[in-house]
Amino acid sequence: MTHPPKSSAAPPQVGSALPTVPPQPGSPARPGPPPAPRRTAFAEGVERVRAAATTEPGRLRIIGAVLALLVVAFGAVTAWQTSERAAAADDVLHRSQPLSAGAAGIYRSLADANTAASSGFLAGGQETADSRDRYEKDIRAAAAGLVTAAANAEPGSPSEATVAKLNQLLPEYKGLIERARTYNRQGYPVGGAYLRYANEKMQNEMLPAAEDLYTTENQRLDADYGDATPYPWAAIALGVLALAALGWAQHRTYRRTNRVLNHGLVAATAATGVVLLWLVVGHTVARSGLDGSYDHGIRSLKALHDARIASLKARGNENLSLVARGAETVTVGGQTYDAYYYNFDKDMTVLGRGLTEADRLADDQAGTKPVKAAEGNMAVWKKRHTSARTEDENGNYQQALDMVIGGKGATGECFDSVDSNLARAIDHEQTEFQQAAGDGLDAMTGLTVGAAVLAVLGAAGAVAGIGRRLSEYR
Amino acid sequence: MYAARARASLRGWGGVGAMAVLCALALAFVLLLPRTQESPTGGHTAGPGVAEATQARAADCKDSEAQKQTLSPSGADGPTIDAIKSRTGAKRKLVVGVDQNSYHWGYRNPNTEGAELEGFDIDLVHRIAEDILGDPDAVQFKAIPTSQRIPAIQDGRVDMVVRTMTINCQRLGEVAFSAPYFKTGQQVLAPKSSAITGYDDTLAHKKICTASGSTAYLKLKADRGKGTLPASTDISTTVPNQLDCLVRLQLGEVDAVVTDGALAASQAAQDPTVELKGKAFTTEYYGVAMKKDATDLVRRVNRILVGYRANGWQASYDRWLSATLGKDSGPSKPPAPEYLRTS
Repeated sequence: MTHPPKSSAAPPQVGSALPTVPPQPGSPARPGPPPAPRRTAFAEGVERVRAAATTEPGRLRIIGAVLALLVVAFGAVTAWQTSERAAAADDVLHRSQPLSAGAAGIYRSLADANTAASSGFLAGGQETADSRDRYEKDIRAAAAGLVTAAANAEPGSPSEATVAKLNQLLPEYKGLIERARTYNRQGYPVGGAYLRYANEKMQNEMLPAAEDLYTTENQRLDADYGDATPYPWAAIALGVLALAALGWAQHRTYRRTNRVLNHGLVAATAATGVVLLWLVVGHTVARSGLDGSYDHGIRSLKALHDARIASLKARGNENLSLVARGAETVTVGGQTYDAYYYNFDKDMTVLGRGLTEADRLADDQAGTKPVKAAEGNMAVWKKRHTSARTEDENGNYQQALDMVIGGKGATGECFDSVDSNLARAIDHEQTEFQQAAGDGLDAMTGLTVGAAVLAVLGAAGAVAGIGRRLSEYR
Repeated sequence: MYAARARASLRGWGGVGAMAVLCALALAFVLLLPRTQESPTGGHTAGPGVAEATQARAADCKDSEAQKQTLSPSGADGPTIDAIKSRTGAKRKLVVGVDQNSYHWGYRNPNTEGAELEGFDIDLVHRIAEDILGDPDAVQFKAIPTSQRIPAIQDGRVDMVVRTMTINCQRLGEVAFSAPYFKTGQQVLAPKSSAITGYDDTLAHKKICTASGSTAYLKLKADRGKGTLPASTDISTTVPNQLDCLVRLQLGEVDAVVTDGALAASQAAQDPTVELKGKAFTTEYYGVAMKKDATDLVRRVNRILVGYRANGWQASYDRWLSATLGKDSGPSKPPAPEYLRTS
């Protein structure tokens, strides 16, 4: 590559330098006649190939080189494209899906902690050990989830900023809740004011941030799927081309020599054929595994996570309607509703829709059962909630409170059942996903290395086969 | 209507006489208008008779005399009380808007059995329910934020509001008040270590928190406009409930709180590091607020209050407020009621 510019740049330089340099007396005469313009290496190569193509050994050499090049190129492109897809599939399985599930977990933990805190407040100063444990466990889970999310967020990415924001808000929130608890124990109503302030922070800042994180991680998951599943068209096209060239070379040999088999070329054809077959079949299997993991795993998981979040929101609103006691209203279509009851109804609709969707997507008994059970729990919850709300609207606050946070027969029981059934369904779908995606990833195992090794062998075969013919001319 | 009636009765005087009277009325109306700043000038286009009536009352009303604009006591049932009494079953309750955040006024004590609402206001509610429905517990409490007190009454979401609500002229145009049952005034609350000494120039460059829709906020806004309060005082922080101000104060988001002295004392009782600064700078009276046209209910509540002042008020004060406002209930006692409203 350095030759052409040198040779083309040299003459004008000499020419332009000449007038400025005075004639040197001591110098001998010009060195011979002006040299013929030097040809480039490429031009020389073309000339040589053209010269070689006039003889049969020369033609054979060219054919051998082209065949070897084609097979090696096919191997290289196959190795490159499959390794790229395998890496994306590996990301799906070991990185983006766990992160998406982790983000859903962060949201769940935060919302659940807030619900547990308001339940504790409703229960009065004598907060139960259960609701305290639940709150503490949720906070720990959220903190641990944030560490994982932070470790996997790329520097400067929006996820990193969101995680940083949540990391900053979590201790603030915890501080407000602790103050609320302390004042509650002393019997001061300012404890309730702290709880409202903490709830405001959770609802207006933290949960939206957690939802952002979940959305971002899901986008990344979809992008990884997009990278893992397309057919490696370049590799397939090169493989077909290489096979065609090998076939043509063998046909040519047969026509010239009447020999049917050339061992080297046959070996090269076989190797190329195996790689091509492996590539197409392996990728198809991997693709169907990944598509299956998306259709049966990811979509189910999304529906289940959405349903779980809706049930958490509904529970939070149910509690807060009793904390606020009608303090907040919304007007919709000229009608005034209690804001929390109104939102509760909306959340329950989302929950019902999510469960129907999850039921539709569940493809086996183990997946359907917990979803059906959750649907049953939801129906009971709705019924109990209606009677609790009637009590509340009739001014029987204590009865309403008992029907919401009391022990047996309270709506809290139904919420817990919905939550644990959804957790079971999520576990199941997570396993299904891992199995299908793992199968897909396994189908790509060895393809990269195998393609590279076989391609080298194939190229060697082609060269050997042509060399065998060439030796007949010596 | 007034105009129509006037026209009918004046028909005998002839057209010229009627016109002269109408002209006189219109003149009086125009002269009165500038003195009533809060009345929208849009009232001008309404029927002259009606407009004249409200204008006249608003013009007569002075905030310091507002507590006198109530109806004389009576025990007679009317349409409003009948409607309350006709509620059946579990719904046979008086629906009352209260606060659940005012320590010793209306609040939920988390450490009592059932965490019931209790306080000075709640005692009065029980007394009213006992008188009207025969059962002190026949009450449905609705917690409402400060800014929702008037809409809740106007929309009929509650029968009445007993929630440390100050009687003033502006609110008299929107709801009806009972006779006063408590006397208080606006005061400044700040940390003990603060340089703020009261409602004065030491508030310059300070952030003050008030409840949105409260008399405190309206007073601060008016005073800052007049220049009584330094213009550099930041009064932009408003919260749904006066108690939320204590949260902001403790978190250092504001420097001081302005609210009724009675409520400020309740806040100070929950945090020993804050105190009331300076004297009360207004005089205000709490009243029970009801729908404007619920005249029978207003008269009934006023009759109940007559009895309550004689028997019940002092006991309730001693129980809830003596610890924070002092043993002497004299400064908090409402004045002898006057019933100047006639219709």
